[in-house]
Amino acid sequence: MAAAIRQPGWVRGALGTLLGAAFGFALVLVLREASGLPAFQTEQTGYPHVVVPLITGPLGFLAGFGCFDYWLRWAVGAPTIPEDHSQHGARSWRDYFHFNTDHKVIGIQYVVTTFFFFFVGGLMAMMIRAELAQPGTQIIDAATYNSLFSTHAVLMIFVFVIPVFAGLANYVLPLMIGAPDMAFPRLNALSFWMLPIAGLLFVGSFLAPGGAFDAGWTGYAPLSTGAPLGQSFFNLGVQFAGASSIATALNFLVTIITMRAPGMTFWRMPLLVWANLSTSLLVVAATPFIAGVQFMVLFDRTLGTQFFQFAGGGDVVSYQHIFWFYSHPAVYIMMLPGFGIISEVISTHARKPIFGYRLMALALIGIVVLSYSVWAHHMFVAGMFSWLRVPMMITTLLIAVPTGIKIFSWLGTLYFGKIHTYSTAMLFALAFIVTFTIGGISGVMLGMVPIDIHVSDTYFIVAHIHFVLFGGSVFTIFAGVYHWFPKMTGRMYDEKLGRVHFWGTLVGTWLTFIPMHWVGMDGMPRRVADYATQFGEWNILISVGAFLLGACQLVFLYNMVVSWRFGPRAEPNPWRAKTIEWQVSSPPPVFNFDEIPRVVGGPYEFGVPGARHAIMGGESAEAPAEKRPAVASP
Amino acid sequence: MIGRLPIAKMLAATIALTAAISAVMLPIRWNGQGASTAAPKIDDLLSVMIVLSAFVFALVMVMLFYALWKFRAKPGDESDGEPIHGNTRLEVAWTVIPTIIVLFGAGYSWAVLDDIEDPAPNPITVDVFSQQFAWSFGYPGKGNAYSEGELHVPLGRQVHFKMHALDVIHSFWVPEWRIKKDNVPGITTTAIVTPDRPGTYQLVCTELCGFGHSTMRAMVVVEPPAKFREWVAGLKEKIPPPYLETIRLDTETNPVPVGAGGA
Repeated sequence: MAAAIRQPGWVRGALGTLLGAAFGFALVLVLREASGLPAFQTEQTGYPHVVVPLITGPLGFLAGFGCFDYWLRWAVGAPTIPEDHSQHGARSWRDYFHFNTDHKVIGIQYVVTTFFFFFVGGLMAMMIRAELAQPGTQIIDAATYNSLFSTHAVLMIFVFVIPVFAGLANYVLPLMIGAPDMAFPRLNALSFWMLPIAGLLFVGSFLAPGGAFDAGWTGYAPLSTGAPLGQSFFNLGVQFAGASSIATALNFLVTIITMRAPGMTFWRMPLLVWANLSTSLLVVAATPFIAGVQFMVLFDRTLGTQFFQFAGGGDVVSYQHIFWFYSHPAVYIMMLPGFGIISEVISTHARKPIFGYRLMALALIGIVVLSYSVWAHHMFVAGMFSWLRVPMMITTLLIAVPTGIKIFSWLGTLYFGKIHTYSTAMLFALAFIVTFTIGGISGVMLGMVPIDIHVSDTYFIVAHIHFVLFGGSVFTIFAGVYHWFPKMTGRMYDEKLGRVHFWGTLVGTWLTFIPMHWVGMDGMPRRVADYATQFGEWNILISVGAFLLGACQLVFLYNMVVSWRFGPRAEPNPWRAKTIEWQVSSPPPVFNFDEIPRVVGGPYEFGVPGARHAIMGGESAEAPAEKRPAVASP
Repeated sequence: MIGRLPIAKMLAATIALTAAISAVMLPIRWNGQGASTAAPKIDDLLSVMIVLSAFVFALVMVMLFYALWKFRAKPGDESDGEPIHGNTRLEVAWTVIPTIIVLFGAGYSWAVLDDIEDPAPNPITVDVFSQQFAWSFGYPGKGNAYSEGELHVPLGRQVHFKMHALDVIHSFWVPEWRIKKDNVPGITTTAIVTPDRPGTYQLVCTELCGFGHSTMRAMVVVEPPAKFREWVAGLKEKIPPPYLETIRLDTETNPVPVGAGGA
C-alpha cells in the first residue's frame, strides 16, 4: 500500500483528488471566516465550498496520477529520474489506463474516451427526440429538457468532436511526418488526462442541486449567471477541456514546424498535417477567449463581480462577442481536421494525386484568417451595434469560397482516377461531400442578414449545425476511424457491418435533419420542450430518423469492439497509400522508426512512374526516387 | 484533360437538375404565410438563393456521380489513376465564380436589409416588455396604455417596437412578419415592422430564457387603425412605474436605424 501511494497511479491519484478537494474546501472556509462571512453560501449560484474543490480536486488528481512528477522534480532541483521508457508504449491493455507518453497510446486513449462521451451525448439526443416526438410533455419536464440539450451539445462539442480529432491526429500525425513522437510527450499525456475531467464535470453536473446546466452550450448571460450550481460545473469543465485543447495545439504546432523528417518541406506535407497546422493556429489564439469568458461568468456567479449585470454597469451583449470570438473559429476547429482526413481518404481510394494540392493548403489558411472576422453573424438579431452586420455578412459569405475550393478539388481528384468504394472510409468521405454541401448552402443562407433575421434561433439553425457537425465533422471522424483502424489496432474491421453502419447513418442523417429546416422556417423555435401541434407530423418523422441514426451507431460500436479483438490481422498498408504511416507495421513499433525516413517527394504521387514519397530507414538510398518525370500537362 | 469530358452534357444535366429542384422548391411557401411588407422581400431573396443553391448542389451532384460512374475501378484493377495534379484555369474558375456569386448575394441582401429597415413617415411606437415567461406591451402617446399577453397593432402603418427585457434575454419573433429581435437587459433594441395583413398571429420567444421558454407566447392582432384606436382607448391598465423606469434607464444602442445612418 505504501508503495502504491508513492508510485504515480490510480491510488495516488485518488489520494490527490481527496487532498486537493479537502484543501480547496478548507481554503474557502478559512477565507470566509477571515472575511467575517458565514461559512457556507448555498444560494442558487454560490456554493464556493463546492466550486473551489471542483478546481483543486482535479488538479490534485493530475498531480497524484503522475502528470507533474518529472517537471516538479526538475522545478525543485531534485535529481530527475532517468527516462527508462516505462511510461512509454503499451504492452498490455492496462497501460492505456496509466499516464503514458507514447503518442500512439495517447491517440487511442483520446479516441476511446471521446467515443464514450459520444455515446453518452447520443443517448441524451435519443431522450430529447423521444420527448419531441409528440407535442406536449410526455417523459421529460421542461427544466430537465433544457439540461439535456445543453449537456448533449457540450459533450458533443467539447469532449467529442474537438478532442477526437486531436486523438486521431495524435496517433497519425507524428508517423505521417516521420517523427518518433510528439514534441512534448509529457505535455501530451497531461492534455489527455484533463479531458476525462472535463467530461466528468459536464456529466456530473446532473448531481448538483438544481440539476445540470441548462442555459444551452452557449451559456448566454444573464441566464447563465443566475442559473443553479450546475452552471459552474460547465464553467469549470470548459477550462479543463480548453486547457487540454490549447496544450495539444501547441504540441502540434511545435511538432509540425520542427520535427518533420528530412526532406519534408511544407509543400510535401500531407493535407492532414496542413489541416492540423491550421486547426492548431485557431485553437491557440481563440480558445483563451472562451476560457476567459467562462471565468467571467463564474466570477459573476460566485464572487459578485458584475461583468454581465447591467444593473452593476456590466454589458450583457459583450458576453456574446467574447463567446463567439472563440466559438465561431471553433466550428472550423471542428471541421478543418476533417477536411484533412477526407483529402487522405479520397486521394488514396481514387488512386489519384490531390487535385490542386497547393490551393487546398492555401484554402485552409484562408479559412483560418477569415474565420476570425465572422463571429458576429451569430448576433444579427442580438441587439449589437447594427453597422457590424453588413461587414460580417460579407466576410461570412466569402468564407464559402475557400470551402467551395475544397469541395471542387475533392471532386477534381476523383476524375481520371480509379475509384475504389470497398472501404467504408471512402463511402463516408463521398457522402460527406454531399451532406457538407447541403450544410454549406444553408450556411450561406444564414449568412444573409434578412434571411437570418427570420430563421435565427429556429430549427433551421439546428438543422444547419447538425448538417455541418454530424453530416460534416462526424462523417469525417467515421471516415478517419475506419481508415486508420487497421493502423491503430493492427486488425481489419468488418466491411459488411461498416456498410450497414454507413447506409443507416446516411439515411438517418437526412431523415432527421432535413425536415428540421422546414419546421424551422415555418415557425418552430429551437430549444423548446414543447411546440405547436402543427409541427407534430414532421417531428415524429424526425424522431424516427433520429432513432434509426442512434441504432446504427450500435452497429459501429459492435464492429469496432469485436474487430479490435478478433478481426483478421492487418497488413502494414492495406489501402496501398503513399504517406509514411502506412510504410511501418500495423500497429507501428513503440518508437515508430528504427531510422528516421527521408522524404523525397509529394505525399500523393499516385500514377507517377517511379515517384516516391519517402525512403524508409534500411532501404537503399539508391532507390529510383528522385528521378520523377515531369508531370504530363493535362 | 477537360477536353476529354462531355462538358456540354454535364452542364445540360446540371441545368436540368437545377430546373427540377427549383420547380419543386419554389412553389412551396417555406416561411409560411407572410403578413408584413418585409415578408415578400425576404421571401424573394430566399427564392433567388434557392435557385442559386440548387445550381451549386446540382453541379456538385453531377460532378460526383459522373465521376463515380465513369472512373470506378474495375474489380481487380490495382493500377493507379492518371497523375494529374491540377489545372490552373479550373482552380481559378472555382475560386472566382463562387466569389462573384456570394458577393452578388451579399449585395442583394444588403439592399433588402436597408429596404426592410427603412423608416417610414409617421410611425407608431410600441414598447415591448419581456420577462420570464410573459410579454406585455405599452402604447406611449396613448396615455401609457398597457396590455399583457396581447399585442394590437394597426394595419398598414409602420410600427417601431422598442424592446426592454426585465430579467434575462428574450427574443421577439412573429414568424408571419419575418422579423426577430432580441430583448436585452439594460439596452433598448428596436424592430421595425409594417403589418400589411389583418389577422391574429403568435408572438414567439426565440431566445432560451429558462424552463418556461417554450410557453412564452403572446397573441398578436393586426386590425384596421380605427379598431386599433378603439381597443387602446378601452385599455384600463397603465404601464407600471418600474417599467417606465426601465425605459428611462435602458441605453439606446441604435438610435438611428441602420438604413438611415450607420452602414
